[in-house]
Amino acid sequence: MTPVQAIIAKELRSYFVSPVVYVVGSMFLLIVGLLAYLYVVFAGAQAIQLMQMRGSAQINLNDLVFRNLFSSMRFILLIILPILTMRLFAEERKLRTFEFLLTSPIGINEIVAGKFMSVLLVFLGLLGLTGFLPLVLALFSDFNWYPVLTGYLGLILLGALFLSVGVLASALTENQIVAAFVSFGLLLVLWLLADVGSLLGDTAIGQAISYLSFIEHYDHLVRGMVDTKDLTYFVSGLALMLFLSHRVVDSTRWK
Amino acid sequence: MIEVQQITKRYAHHTAIDRVSFSVAKGEVLAFLGPNGAGKTTTMRILSCFMPATEGKAVVAGFDCADQPLEVKRRIGYLPETPPVYLELTVTEYLQFVGRLRGLSGKMLTSSMQREIERLGLGTIQHRLIGNLSRGYRQRVGLAQALLHDPQVLILDEPTVGLDPKQIIEIRELIKNLAGSHSVILSTHILPEATAVCQRVVIISGGRIVAEDTPEQLAARLRQSEKISLTLKSPAPDTDRLLKSVQGVQNVFTSGAPGTFLLECELGRDAREEVARLAVTSGWGLLELKAISMTLEDVFLHLTRTEEGLAQGAVAATAEPADQPA
Repeated sequence: MTPVQAIIAKELRSYFVSPVVYVVGSMFLLIVGLLAYLYVVFAGAQAIQLMQMRGSAQINLNDLVFRNLFSSMRFILLIILPILTMRLFAEERKLRTFEFLLTSPIGINEIVAGKFMSVLLVFLGLLGLTGFLPLVLALFSDFNWYPVLTGYLGLILLGALFLSVGVLASALTENQIVAAFVSFGLLLVLWLLADVGSLLGDTAIGQAISYLSFIEHYDHLVRGMVDTKDLTYFVSGLALMLFLSHRVVDSTRWK
Repeated sequence: MIEVQQITKRYAHHTAIDRVSFSVAKGEVLAFLGPNGAGKTTTMRILSCFMPATEGKAVVAGFDCADQPLEVKRRIGYLPETPPVYLELTVTEYLQFVGRLRGLSGKMLTSSMQREIERLGLGTIQHRLIGNLSRGYRQRVGLAQALLHDPQVLILDEPTVGLDPKQIIEIRELIKNLAGSHSVILSTHILPEATAVCQRVVIISGGRIVAEDTPEQLAARLRQSEKISLTLKSPAPDTDRLLKSVQGVQNVFTSGAPGTFLLECELGRDAREEVARLAVTSGWGLLELKAISMTLEDVFLHLTRTEEGLAQGAVAATAEPADQPA
């Protein structure tokens, strides 16, 4: 077992002995399930209306259910992912195990990678559980799978980016609550940059600011457009956050 | 094994350690002795490559802490001030994690874990969550962690804190047994610990090394003065002055209860006889007269307090009377 694997195993163990994952996970699934239910009922109501007006109804589940659901997910992830990441470094610093970790014969990059990957696995597990929604819908209706799958790809990338921001926030402080709020804050700023950008209109600065926000990039994936530009955005953002986390962890040794 | 040359650690507003140099030979146990805040922990953090020194050079197990920290980290076992344990893991899970981080696996890992569990008496609690263990057990788990990969160098920051007297004795025995095959540096503010376990003592105060020697020689070297404690029934107002005029007496302190005097005498000169004669002829009512020898404890206090500019009286007042009544 490599050190990174050892850290992943230990972190997963820590996640699943604490109630946090269970509470966060069940709330996540409850809210996602509830929203999906509402969107489906809403779509059904529209279908009945169309039936009455035109005699036949062909409704688009991709538009009425999945796109709505995927855009709601942005906000749900923004709320729950900081709660998953807040403990990663903050707890180590609070409980003084940080010193132990940094005097172990492993690199800081291995520590950051191990911690990030462990929380990513937890997130992927939770996201996997929402997979039953499209599967159940597929039993009773017809929809286009392609944008659903690219939407899930978008969710994975968006979640990974959020988690990397959370890792950075957790490395900044030894208080878990502060870590959670810092990542909320950072993510909200990233979100709102899209609005700032559109306010500035079609100028170079406006476009540059919009590019920094995840909104547009995620939206493309939800609509079924897979563009390397968007993938690059997520991957480079994530790499930058993890690199900054590495620097922050390294710099705490100097204080 | 450990070679420290002129290391200095400066923070934004204060200097934690100031040009500290010392060395630990292979198989030697060295005590780092000092009051709280003297710079012990900072020194240990530098040696364990947790933080870099501002200036100076620290070489541990043949590798420079600044240039090759990973090589150093592979060869040391480090027990920080607070035992670095994960409360949500059981003892075995924790040791397994520690071993894996240090590249142990398979049979090697199992046998190392077994060895430490036995050595530190963790057998009965090995499947319990560390969060439910007492302070003493956590400390022992922390020690097991430091010893797990059988490192050449052990850096132990206050290894016996939080243990009960029986456990303290056991841990000291353990450290003594490690000597010879391991180089150990341990910090403590408890003197008997240093005398019981270590071949050499480094006393640090205010970030500087103030003394370095074997426990015995330190005590001997610093016995610059003999002290006499004197209790009188009815001292006269000029008793102070008269006592001071006795040959060999350098200083007279009145401390504590009325009629109690503390005399500081020249080294190697026993003034007790003279003092007794004076007390009797003056009719002060001699109740008690005894010599006080300086224990290592006093030496320590002396060294670390005079550094801070406190009066010598403070040393004298805490000196314990020795068992040699006149």
